[in-house]
Amino acid sequence: MPVWLSDHEYHVLRAACAQMLPSEDGAPGAEEAGVADYIDILLGAFTFDPPRIWAGGPTSGRMGGDAGFVRFHRLSALDELAWRMRIEGSRGLPEREFNGPVLGLQEQYRQGLAALGDDFAAVDGDEQRRRLRADEGFCDLLYGHCCEGMYGAPEYGGNRNGVGWSYLGRDGDVQPRGYSDQDVSEP
Amino acid sequence: MTTDAIIIGSGPGGSTAAEVLTRAGWSVVIMEKGRNHLLDTDDLTKPASDYSNDEIKFMVRHFLGPDPLIEPRAFRRSTDEGEHTHVGEVNSIPSTVGGGGTHADGKVPRFREEDFRLLSTYGPQDDAHVADWPLTYDELEPFYTEVENAIGVSGRAGANPFAAWRSGPYPMPPGAPMYGAVLSSAAAERVGLHPYEAPTAANSIAYDGRPACNNCGFCAFFGCPIHAKGDPVALLTKTMATGRAELMAETYVSRIRLEGRRATGVDFIGPDGVERSMEAKVVIVAGGAIETPRLLLQSGLEHPDLGRHLMVHFQTIEVGHFNDLRLHPHRGRSVTHVHDDHMVQNDASRAAAAEANLPWLRGGLVEHAGGGFLVGGARHVPWGSGHARAMREATMSEQIWVFIMQGEDLPYPTNTVDLSPSIRDARGFPVARITYKPGRHELAASRHHGKILQSVLEEMGADWTIHTSSPGVPEFGGLTPPTPESRHVIGTARMGDDPGTSVVDRWGRVHTVDNLVLADSSVFPTSTGYGPTLTLVALAARAAHHLAGTTPGTTSGANEGSTT
Repeated sequence: MPVWLSDHEYHVLRAACAQMLPSEDGAPGAEEAGVADYIDILLGAFTFDPPRIWAGGPTSGRMGGDAGFVRFHRLSALDELAWRMRIEGSRGLPEREFNGPVLGLQEQYRQGLAALGDDFAAVDGDEQRRRLRADEGFCDLLYGHCCEGMYGAPEYGGNRNGVGWSYLGRDGDVQPRGYSDQDVSEP
Repeated sequence: MTTDAIIIGSGPGGSTAAEVLTRAGWSVVIMEKGRNHLLDTDDLTKPASDYSNDEIKFMVRHFLGPDPLIEPRAFRRSTDEGEHTHVGEVNSIPSTVGGGGTHADGKVPRFREEDFRLLSTYGPQDDAHVADWPLTYDELEPFYTEVENAIGVSGRAGANPFAAWRSGPYPMPPGAPMYGAVLSSAAAERVGLHPYEAPTAANSIAYDGRPACNNCGFCAFFGCPIHAKGDPVALLTKTMATGRAELMAETYVSRIRLEGRRATGVDFIGPDGVERSMEAKVVIVAGGAIETPRLLLQSGLEHPDLGRHLMVHFQTIEVGHFNDLRLHPHRGRSVTHVHDDHMVQNDASRAAAAEANLPWLRGGLVEHAGGGFLVGGARHVPWGSGHARAMREATMSEQIWVFIMQGEDLPYPTNTVDLSPSIRDARGFPVARITYKPGRHELAASRHHGKILQSVLEEMGADWTIHTSSPGVPEFGGLTPPTPESRHVIGTARMGDDPGTSVVDRWGRVHTVDNLVLADSSVFPTSTGYGPTLTLVALAARAAHHLAGTTPGTTSGANEGSTT
């Protein structure tokens, strides 16, 4: 059940993410990592309290220490203004349009996913790639978020169970363990 | 309310001034427009636990600020381009308690003797206002020593054959060398260069109540989760422990109140959005070389050189790829080795200068660095089939090694900071507009020294190399954005003895306002090719000691409680 997107938009988004980061040759892709959930949670960040913008610190608990990442930071009034502008757009509100209108991520996704077509999930891979490349701006936005959802901290909703990291042999966050001097200096 | 000193900005310069003044018995109020994620809000004498190994939070979502939607900057390369060509992030240094110290990876070299007398040593350059500083290295050395001990610097005296003299050893030995740097340093030595362990504000051993760095790799651009970094945490916790300081985060100073030759206080907007005023005997501005002139211009201070001579270090970026290596640059403290050879004149650099029709040229400190961040690195790997394999092979991360030369920018009067005529921040004030482009000197230095760096990468075994720069310029392929990405912002309120050609005097005091002091890198007359942090901190300590009538290492002085 998506947080912000409609079920149909979420369905299209999953297909688009899977095209960008496919599961192949035993490698996990966007599907295994839940990349579409990462994006949906970003778009719906303000449906959570505190908003799902900044994970807490100092440790995630994966390498010891407390599971602090799950305690998201509270936003200041200015932080909230910035992130509502970024996610929701300015919506004609004067306090958000001091430098002109801002097109929010929600609207960019709503338009971008609609432009991919209602049948996007059903068409073949070549056609999906063609449609994705047709809108360079949306393609770039989506790919950036795919990378975040694949390789960022799992607390943001993607990189489920750390699959993006484990396939690469990477640890992700490493505090409080860190690395030994030998880890640093030797091959 | 009146205090001895209002300090605007809690970064390395402001924190240092606060620590020195409160140690001498002054009361200070530190106003910081960003949020406090550095100190525990329940006990400001202790560090907070907000920082983490989180690439999304720090590299994508502006946790340390400024958010470019709230506090954008305007940019253009020259006045020929109209009002601006870009609005958003430009040279952004964190806007948060601790300022630029929080995100830096802590390379803190000292300048060398000749850096303080560039005009006398090498002579003038066309189009640039090359100048000597109104102080010498010898005068600053005791303050370098004091601040190295205060923030905690690891390094090895004598490791750099070109270094200036120093009165004592580093407070700590160097930390563990990164594997890639071991290889690149060996290659550099074979090419005749002199790499050495970077003087680094990260604890190699437990120091001053803070732990040793555990090499987590989230150093450059991240706050340190264990506070092993020499960001202003040590300075600020000590300042707060005196009981003579108040830290006001999320407090935006909109104007310094100027009356004749006096600054009487400031107008500020607190986190509640209400505008208030506060009086002080002394006002110290430490907002950095972009925000400081912005505030001074906003306050009506007038000087023909205010906002001029912006320098950012034109970065030469030499990238090498190594098919047969896994350099794991994500382990360790981002940069462990550097070399200074490109700051030193030799026959080859003189020939390169002559070829470019320049009297001389200097490059800058070269950092031996890798990539390694997964989200940022993945953006450079194509999407679609093959993405996962390329990521696993780490073609664009663990097989990459990079030299970044922080090239000396000359002080051109045409590179400036002023107030944008149309772009505003969220509070309604005009934002800083940066007008910047490299000159012939910077481009010639990049061409010349870039070839040497390429030869080192080839000696190291690179199967391909790329030469680029920041900002991107057409002659180097324009691979990078035209806005400079350097966080070394320097100049805009230069220091000097002549009030006609400098904004502040040798103590950082504005020539025309007796109790207004600048404590950041805006006062540098020249940029050298070294990161500015340690020198701006040493200058801030020197300015504060001068105000308080104290000397380095002392705790009380003649001017206790401010009589300035």
